[in-house]
Amino acid sequence: MNIVTPDLGLIFWQVVIFLIVVLLLRAYAWKPILSSLKERESSIEGALRMADQAKLEMQQLQAGNEKLLAEARMERDRILKEATTMSNQFIEQAKTKATEEGARMIEQAREAIRNEKNAALAEVKNTAAQLSIDIAERILRRELTDQPAQQQLVDSYLKEVKLN
Amino acid sequence: MKRLLFALLCLLSLTAHASEPVATTADATESENFNPGEMILHHIGDSHEWHWFSMGETHVTTYLPVIAYRAGSGLSVFSSHELAEGKVHEGLKLEHEHLVSTDGAKVYDFSITKNVATLMIASALMLIVFITVARGYAKRGTAAPRGIQSFFEPLIIFIRDEVAKKSIGPKYERYMPYLLTVFFFIWFSNLLGLLPGGANLTGNIAVTLTLAVITLLITLFSSNKNYWAHIFATPGVPKALLPIMIPVELIGIVVKPFSLMVRLFANITAGHIVTLSFISLIFIFRNIGIAPVSLAFGLFIFFLELLVAILQAYIFTLLTAMYIGGAVEDHHDADYQMGGGDGAMPAKAH
Repeated sequence: MNIVTPDLGLIFWQVVIFLIVVLLLRAYAWKPILSSLKERESSIEGALRMADQAKLEMQQLQAGNEKLLAEARMERDRILKEATTMSNQFIEQAKTKATEEGARMIEQAREAIRNEKNAALAEVKNTAAQLSIDIAERILRRELTDQPAQQQLVDSYLKEVKLN
Repeated sequence: MKRLLFALLCLLSLTAHASEPVATTADATESENFNPGEMILHHIGDSHEWHWFSMGETHVTTYLPVIAYRAGSGLSVFSSHELAEGKVHEGLKLEHEHLVSTDGAKVYDFSITKNVATLMIASALMLIVFITVARGYAKRGTAAPRGIQSFFEPLIIFIRDEVAKKSIGPKYERYMPYLLTVFFFIWFSNLLGLLPGGANLTGNIAVTLTLAVITLLITLFSSNKNYWAHIFATPGVPKALLPIMIPVELIGIVVKPFSLMVRLFANITAGHIVTLSFISLIFIFRNIGIAPVSLAFGLFIFFLELLVAILQAYIFTLLTAMYIGGAVEDHHDADYQMGGGDGAMPAKAH
């Protein structure tokens, strides 16, 4: 049976050539090929991971934006509210102040009126006193001359006073 | 294609024989008696010259160098043309393709036979192809593969991911050069064997023996204590059974590569024998009418052989990876130990 008896020569050549081929291919083919494949796979993986990260970052950014927007909106509302309160306060204050001022002015006017009135009354009193003194003087002068005449004079002066 | 050519050649040589003037009746019957067994064995065997085809009496043959060593007369190197047709040269002659010395001395035959030449062609082809592929990676870096690079890349990745990583585990990288080389060597050699005039390299027991022994040596040299613990103290087996188990496991070490050797040899040789047998039918029946049938079957087997070529390369590589994987495995799972012996064996057995 020729085909199942291994030939020494062929074994020899197979060992020598096959080992040379393994060593040569390992150095010049398999190592560069496998390292390139690994490199490419890791670069693809890295790219995918980066894309994922970018997506996540985008999402975060978007969420941040929304948060910022919401905050801004709240801030605006707050400011508006504050402004309204403040303006209301101002109006209230102004109103109060105006009322007070008005009251004060009215009071002052009243005071002035009262003073004027008092002054006028005093003057009236003085004038009345002066008149009385004058009348009394004149009466006294007439008394000395004629009684009826005196009476007439008093009456006429009194009339005069009433007219005033 | 081989079959087509072969059929044509056989037909031509037959017609040549038929037109020859017949000298004696004995001669006539001898020359016309077609012996398919001999023809097939001659075809799948090795030879010292590369016989391409014969046209009538013209033989187109490449004579390969004969390198022989004899203890007495030393090294002899000459062309096998000197030994053609049974001639004797430097005290050497060919007897049924076996180099023998006329004085009966032992001959160590290191000739570049047809198989050695095919081995060289396959090796050169592999070097050219894969160094070209490697250059593609060097040129394009991490860019997408192109041309021949994109043809071999899926195969290389397949061997790495599906064979090496799965069978060997994290230590796979050390064994990748051998696994890739053995896969592509077997595949390329199988395909070369299918070419017309190609030699039956991977169907030669010396070649498969060498590959199997290399696998065995790699397995043994990379084995760790777990591997030997499994052989000498198989977990889950009672102590009393160990005297039986140890020899069985030891035989197993040799049987694994032996099965690799026989599987590849038998598959490839069987394919060649079957195709040649279909072609021989034409000559056995001596009827041209049978030719279409033979050719159809021959062609079918040829396509089957194309499939077998890569399949056997894959199986050899996968089993090699599994044997290495079994030797370098760090720890075994619980259910692994429950099974006793090598738990992976049923899956590995092919």
